[in-house]
Amino acid sequence: MAKIKVVHYINQFYGGIGGEEKADYKPEVIEGVKGPGMAFKAAFKDEAEIVATIICGDSYFNENMDEAKAAIFEMIKKYEPDLFIAGPAFNAGRYGVAAGAVTEMVQTELGIPALTGMYEENPGADMYKKGVYMVATKNSAVGMKDAVAKMAPLALKLARGEEIGSPEEEGYLERGIRKNYFAEKRGSERAVDMLVKKLAGEEYKTEYSMPTFDRVEPNPPIKDMANAKIAIVTSGGIVPKGNPDHIESSSASKYGKYDIEGIDNLTEETHETAHGGHDPVYANNDPDRVIPVDVLRDMEKEGKIGELHRYYYSTVGNGTAVANAKKFAEAISAELVADGVDAVILTST
Amino acid sequence: MRLELGKVLIKDVQFGDTTKLENGVLTVNKEELIDLILEDEHLASAELDIAKPGESVRITPVKDVVEPRVKVEGPGGVFPGILSKVDVVGSGKTNVLKGCTVMTTGKIVGFQEGIVDMTGPGADYTPFSETINLVLKCEPQEGLKQHEHEKAVRFAGFKAAAYIAETAKNLVPDEVEVYETDTLLEGIKKYPELPKVGYVQMLQTQGLLHDTYVYGVDAKQIVPTIMYPTECMDGAIVSGNCVSACDKNTTYHHLNNPVVHDLYKQHGKTLNFVGVIITNENVYLADKERSSNMSAKLAEYLGLDGAVVSQEGFGNPDTDLIMNTKKLEAKGIKTVIITDEYAGRDGASQSLADADPSANAVVTGGNANEVIVLPKMDKVIGSLDYVDIIAGGFDGSLAEDGTITVEIQAITGATNEVGFNKMSTKGF
Repeated sequence: MAKIKVVHYINQFYGGIGGEEKADYKPEVIEGVKGPGMAFKAAFKDEAEIVATIICGDSYFNENMDEAKAAIFEMIKKYEPDLFIAGPAFNAGRYGVAAGAVTEMVQTELGIPALTGMYEENPGADMYKKGVYMVATKNSAVGMKDAVAKMAPLALKLARGEEIGSPEEEGYLERGIRKNYFAEKRGSERAVDMLVKKLAGEEYKTEYSMPTFDRVEPNPPIKDMANAKIAIVTSGGIVPKGNPDHIESSSASKYGKYDIEGIDNLTEETHETAHGGHDPVYANNDPDRVIPVDVLRDMEKEGKIGELHRYYYSTVGNGTAVANAKKFAEAISAELVADGVDAVILTST
Repeated sequence: MRLELGKVLIKDVQFGDTTKLENGVLTVNKEELIDLILEDEHLASAELDIAKPGESVRITPVKDVVEPRVKVEGPGGVFPGILSKVDVVGSGKTNVLKGCTVMTTGKIVGFQEGIVDMTGPGADYTPFSETINLVLKCEPQEGLKQHEHEKAVRFAGFKAAAYIAETAKNLVPDEVEVYETDTLLEGIKKYPELPKVGYVQMLQTQGLLHDTYVYGVDAKQIVPTIMYPTECMDGAIVSGNCVSACDKNTTYHHLNNPVVHDLYKQHGKTLNFVGVIITNENVYLADKERSSNMSAKLAEYLGLDGAVVSQEGFGNPDTDLIMNTKKLEAKGIKTVIITDEYAGRDGASQSLADADPSANAVVTGGNANEVIVLPKMDKVIGSLDYVDIIAGGFDGSLAEDGTITVEIQAITGATNEVGFNKMSTKGF
């Protein structure tokens, strides 16, 4: 079997160019192995070969990210590698960011396996660990041997397309991908065991660490409602009767955009809910209960609002992944802005 | 309160001329049971079938699963306030037909009923692939409104279970388990050194196919209250919900609540299990505030040091879960919560709709969005007509060859949040 071809990325310090005074060093590619690449070479034995090493100054990369990335991309591409490795960057912040950014770029744009390594508190870790395999290292180069011992086998596994184990097994930082498995004990017993430990002040391991939410700051209020164009967006699943877009009753993969021109009132005959997570009887009896088209039409006539936007957007917010919801919101808000909508009434169920 | 639970082990279920239970073999007179079910004028037809572990059988849309139990001694009868008078249950003797269930199916009520496969990969996700299921397929009278339809089928399940369970009333059980809870003060006197632990059970109460009943009362209408742990074993709590069937408690789950059983296992050893606080998950904010205030207050009043909190459902009830947890922890009561996750099909999204740092001890029943391919089964009990529209299904879920691709949220009991299953989730 042919050897796995590897391209390795390191910074100016590990590339032997110099310290902080050389941090503005522009990307350069050299054939073969350099610096920490020697340790990888030893660990790969005959299975993989570092064909080229890219060296780039940390300040240069962080201050000229787009240019640096473009130049590095071309350098890597030329070698048609099977695998890409960056770092390890330990606790060097700018190096960590560069290593993470280049690893992510290679993985996404070249579609080849890629990994990096750094200390978990390196700012690059938080920025990129979700998207790439990032081995947890010590916070200084003292940990080089240990880092390579974890990175090399994981790199080979990735290159061979083998199944990757859990963060504990492989030594990478958790990317936040949740996968199911069958534990030894049932959930209730695990809960009681955990409580006994918690009560005794012993160490226990939660099965899910609480997520942090990205909160959205509300825009300032509208001063002139009488001239404002108002749109309706809902996760309550109100759709034209028959659910023409087949929006799922749970875990929606899409949203619908529906014309309400000339409609003053939604009824049982014209609309319904596709939502599978609430009692649909009352929403189906009168869909205005979920999206108040009737009241907004009255307000339009009374001059309290300028205009009700011609289209409303609807999806089902029931077990729907945040990633999907975010994607819908980006697309919907772009259209609303383009259509000159001033405000949105967002209803949920 | 002391309950002797007598298990009559069921080896087989068959149809025959007389309904009887002999040597572990349950025989059911089909006509007699169907006549009983059709006494309800809301139902147009009823059919019975049997599904056994390992058979190539798919049952859908599954509404409820009920374990047949009968009161042998002591006050009241099973399903108090529903089939029996509202006596306080949970003491005396109760016999259980262990290893079989009554499972209800028939025309869909909402979008929400589940799938049970008796073999294949789907069978690993539902506990009901391991029981012999007497499947009752009920069809409603034309024009019957959804709420009445749901109620009629719910009652049909209870009636059928009670009818079958009568056969075990005078039998000597194969195994007997005893569960006993002292009054609060006696228990504390008996185990002065042990931490006082309670179980806060959250009940799904959001409307049609989302309801739970306590002694016959719609749990939307209750304020949190205290129960002896054995009360649920006699059917004091029953299910009226199966929406996103993976994490809803069937009546079977309530009767066999594993948190209750596992707390009893530690009772008198590592902890003093003093009782259960039941609370609800209503849709209005004021209700959520009131109920979480009340459950935390009751927990404080009982002097709890710790509590297991189990959720039912996801999304909206995540707010109830976090309110309960925050308020308990704020009173110095240590909590462990049982929930499940909706992290997206790729597992990359955040799993809960609400969060708080005080919820630092979590058990998860799994990511309900994970996709599974269920191969065609030789026989379908119920109907495949609804597979694309039930929660967890999507356009094209049902392939022409009978294969079904769905999220596991469509499988009855898959990510159960009273911790019935072994499934969990790891971060990768």
